[in-house]
Amino acid sequence: MNASSLRTVLEGGRPVAGHRPWPRVIVTPELWIALSEGLAGGAWTLLGLWGESGMAHLAAHEPSTGTLGVASLPCPDGWFPSVGRLHPPAQRLERAIADLVGLQPVDAPDSRPWLDHGRWPVSHPLGLATPSIGALPPYPFLPVEGESLHQIPVGPVHAGIIEPGHFRFTANGEAVVRLEERLGYVHKGIESLLTGAALERAARLVGRVSGDSTVAYALAFARAVEAATETIVPDHAHWLRALLAELERLANHLGDIGAICNDAAFALMLAHCAVLRERVLRASAACFGHRLLMDCIVPGGVAADLPADSAKVLRALVAELRRRFPPLVELYDNTASLQDRTVGTGFVRPALIRQFGCGGTIGRAGGRAFDARRQPGYPPYDQLEFATPVLDESDVNARIWLRIHEVEQSLTLIERILERLPSGPVRGALNRPGQPCEGVALVEGFRGDVLVWLRLAADGTVVRCHPRDPSWFQWPLLEAAIENNIVADFPLCNKSFNCSYSGHDL
Amino acid sequence: MRKLLFQNLLRLPLTVAAPAPSEQALAELGAKLDQVARRRLGRSLAIREVDAGSCNGCELEIHALNNAFYDLERFGFHFVASPRHADVLLVTGPVTANMREALERTYAATPDPKWVVAVGDCGRDGGVFAGGYACVGGVAEVIPVDLHIPGCPPNPVQLLEGLLALLQVQ
Repeated sequence: MNASSLRTVLEGGRPVAGHRPWPRVIVTPELWIALSEGLAGGAWTLLGLWGESGMAHLAAHEPSTGTLGVASLPCPDGWFPSVGRLHPPAQRLERAIADLVGLQPVDAPDSRPWLDHGRWPVSHPLGLATPSIGALPPYPFLPVEGESLHQIPVGPVHAGIIEPGHFRFTANGEAVVRLEERLGYVHKGIESLLTGAALERAARLVGRVSGDSTVAYALAFARAVEAATETIVPDHAHWLRALLAELERLANHLGDIGAICNDAAFALMLAHCAVLRERVLRASAACFGHRLLMDCIVPGGVAADLPADSAKVLRALVAELRRRFPPLVELYDNTASLQDRTVGTGFVRPALIRQFGCGGTIGRAGGRAFDARRQPGYPPYDQLEFATPVLDESDVNARIWLRIHEVEQSLTLIERILERLPSGPVRGALNRPGQPCEGVALVEGFRGDVLVWLRLAADGTVVRCHPRDPSWFQWPLLEAAIENNIVADFPLCNKSFNCSYSGHDL
Repeated sequence: MRKLLFQNLLRLPLTVAAPAPSEQALAELGAKLDQVARRRLGRSLAIREVDAGSCNGCELEIHALNNAFYDLERFGFHFVASPRHADVLLVTGPVTANMREALERTYAATPDPKWVVAVGDCGRDGGVFAGGYACVGGVAEVIPVDLHIPGCPPNPVQLLEGLLALLQVQ
């Protein structure tokens, strides 16, 4: 099946006008199935799968050629051939489509609801939005059979300061034989709130899909709007956006490195990393007016230029981190009792990482080099030289080291951006679409690649917008990572993944 | 590790001076706090954080309360793992329909006397997420709230100001 390239298959569809920058084509059920088979064959990566009334959409990427495209299948009868039947990474996305839009994936291997817990006043809120039939039967967890097994239900309210979700462990003594995740608790109906929203409100909403990735989401949304409206963004804004993105990456990686070590009871690392993270947040507030950098990126550019002394503040930050971070890396490297917990723990097979198109630190710590800053790439990264650190061990230790390398890389990138920051306006006027138009963007957040697809009305309001968090392709792998590990290592595995509940639940 | 620990002995503390308790929070709490309960709990309060639907932005700033700059524990506050050990529920998010029951049950599992602090603009009234099918609204729609700390998200100093008001009201 993979004799044909993604481009060839997409050329078999009918192109949709006004979709930028990649093509979107209307496909037949036969082509849809061919796409599913191609994804299952491994030559292409699933980037997203979402629906709207009467139509299912699938975004795919072919790494070997860099081809990106969206295929849309009309579903006049309310169903579409299941992609998850052939390609497991699609399964939860299809369950979400069935819950939200009401389109049924035919022959899907898992027909249980996913985001709909039977608590909403409506069914299929993005489809016909009929009044809800009320409570659903109890969620049937997957059966586990064997002797001497016991179950440990955890959540949705967890013991730490973290987001809610339910984990059902089945253990044999200390060893986990199966983990099943049950998510959707923080489903806020963001896609429904986006429908009909003006761009300004939509940008604020998308910037809050996952608070820790607000820059990545705001950037992906802005780039999708700019692609749809063919708006040119000033050069200065591109560079400021990269500065924002690297500050966000830096703050989150520093927090994660400390928090992972803390889950192995090594609190010293958390104490020091938390101080460094705080320094990043303070510098961010001084330069951009918000500690987490919310609402700084807007369609057309960035909200405001840097205050006069920002370069000094940021250079001082980089200098401080370059002084304080290496001793912490040395501490991690030299603490055998800590490495005893992290090395070999939470291993994910690289084949699984490739199959799921799992991005971010989890992907790159498991041999998958994908980085959206490179492919499809976007300014100013095309003018910046940077390496993509990749490791093959695919365990908790590798995920810590990957973050360490990326902290170092972000520091260098911030220095280079400051050196070359062009002057000029920070925001361009958005083109009025005049007619309905569509845009899509893929952006590298600290957690992985964020996809935003949208359709705008002629007056510029949002008709449909779908933000897809990298966690969709990472959460399922956590279930694989914990297999045969001891229950007590789950926090360590979970933190080394650091998937977003909010970003996933939408 | 010894080198690092030794160096830290010689460095000045990073911790910022305590902010004054928020006037607004004091006014909101003044009418609500029970004197007897306050005397019984003294100046040490155990906090159970509950994310009832937040975007996780508030959680990041609540985490920051534990760093060396804000050092929440110097005021007698500490985070606990179970509502059964808690005096204060620190609740974030527009309460989602899917989290409503979990929040109600967490509240029910917290022994009296207890206070509920709703954090963030979402915790006040649903914030940007208000109005949809999936969110119930602010925390007060589900459980009684004693104090609101607004912000999107509130920064650690604003969180401290609000929490200190809990200790200050006499």
